[in-house]
Amino acid sequence: MDGIHDLGGKQGYGPVRYALDATAFHSPWEVRVNALYAHAVRSGIFNMDEYRHAIERMDPRHYLTASYYERSLTGLATLCVEKGVLTREELERRANGVFPLSSPSAAGRGNAAHRECFKPGDRVRVKLDFVPGHIRLPGYIRGKVGTVVGESPAYPFPDAHAHGIHAEDEPTYDVRFHAEDLWPNGCDPALVHVGVFQSYLERAD
Amino acid sequence: MNDTDRVVFRTATVEDRVDAIQAALDAKGLKASEAVEELGHKAQEEWIPQNGARIVAHAWMDPEFRKRLLANGREAAIEMGFPMPRHHRHLVVLENAPKLQNVICCTLCSCTAFTLIGLPPDWYKDLQYRSRVVRESRTVLRDMGLDLAPDVEIRVWDTTADTRYMVLPERPAHTQGWTEEQLAKIVTRDSLIGVARL
Repeated sequence: MDGIHDLGGKQGYGPVRYALDATAFHSPWEVRVNALYAHAVRSGIFNMDEYRHAIERMDPRHYLTASYYERSLTGLATLCVEKGVLTREELERRANGVFPLSSPSAAGRGNAAHRECFKPGDRVRVKLDFVPGHIRLPGYIRGKVGTVVGESPAYPFPDAHAHGIHAEDEPTYDVRFHAEDLWPNGCDPALVHVGVFQSYLERAD
Repeated sequence: MNDTDRVVFRTATVEDRVDAIQAALDAKGLKASEAVEELGHKAQEEWIPQNGARIVAHAWMDPEFRKRLLANGREAAIEMGFPMPRHHRHLVVLENAPKLQNVICCTLCSCTAFTLIGLPPDWYKDLQYRSRVVRESRTVLRDMGLDLAPDVEIRVWDTTADTRYMVLPERPAHTQGWTEEQLAKIVTRDSLIGVARL
């Protein structure tokens, strides 16, 4: 889905709020949320792709104003309710107020019908895939051409894995793009590398 | 307008929501509070940047280990006693050079090799870094205090799959003769992410 989470290259967010020795956690409840979602994954209540997608399905207005660990909490609670582990009513009764959850999921999909194997040096084009469900393809490389620089072992295909659809594991390729090709006349020159699943790629030459 | 239309539904505070879900999971017998103890400890005490720092210092001291680290980061991390989670099936270590700076990010969420680098700092997960670092890398690094000469090439690595990345910073020239332990102490988390040099 072309969701609010797909932030790469978006403009207007302002300077990075950088501090030397910035911490990962600021409050004890953040540590608890981080542990609870990890525990749910470990316990098999949901997988990492379902978790990422549950966060992506948050109302965009909520996503933008929520802190990182509030987004994490919302994804965790949404999946616990969707999986039938807990009910929204119980959560709201215990919390004594509204417990915002993410919007329902749309359809996922299986692997691409034709997948090619690539090797370092191959030129590849990112397919023009527009899907309503989960996808790990940042919008800024869609339709762009880059060069394969590395291959990683096969992973579960996220577009299927986030939706409980059976699919084959597939490799990902580290693909090198020139920032100037991604945002012509609108970027700092650099080499931008993205981990791209095999189903998202086709040969360019 | 009937009575129910006038009821104001207040969103529960985030702390109350966390309490609610932890208690609800406990009530289902899912041992949430035990997990909070165990995983909270790991996140704060075990998954720390000193792990990555020790790997870097070892790579600086031992050229054969450095080769193994660059060839297969995951195996080399295990060799140092730092196993990675099952879904982090691959660790790519990115070696800096005088004219090359590698930088990692996750534009879609917050993915990191957290068992080695530590849980990511707030700015790494914020909308600003995620939106800007792929497009305005040199400007963002300069704003963060790393003002690179124009002839230093920047390579940004967006963690969009389950491959994880860690930067291998350059060993500072003034550290000749130091022990591995001394070296590990100067390797910072931000240098492992690639937004700082040593």
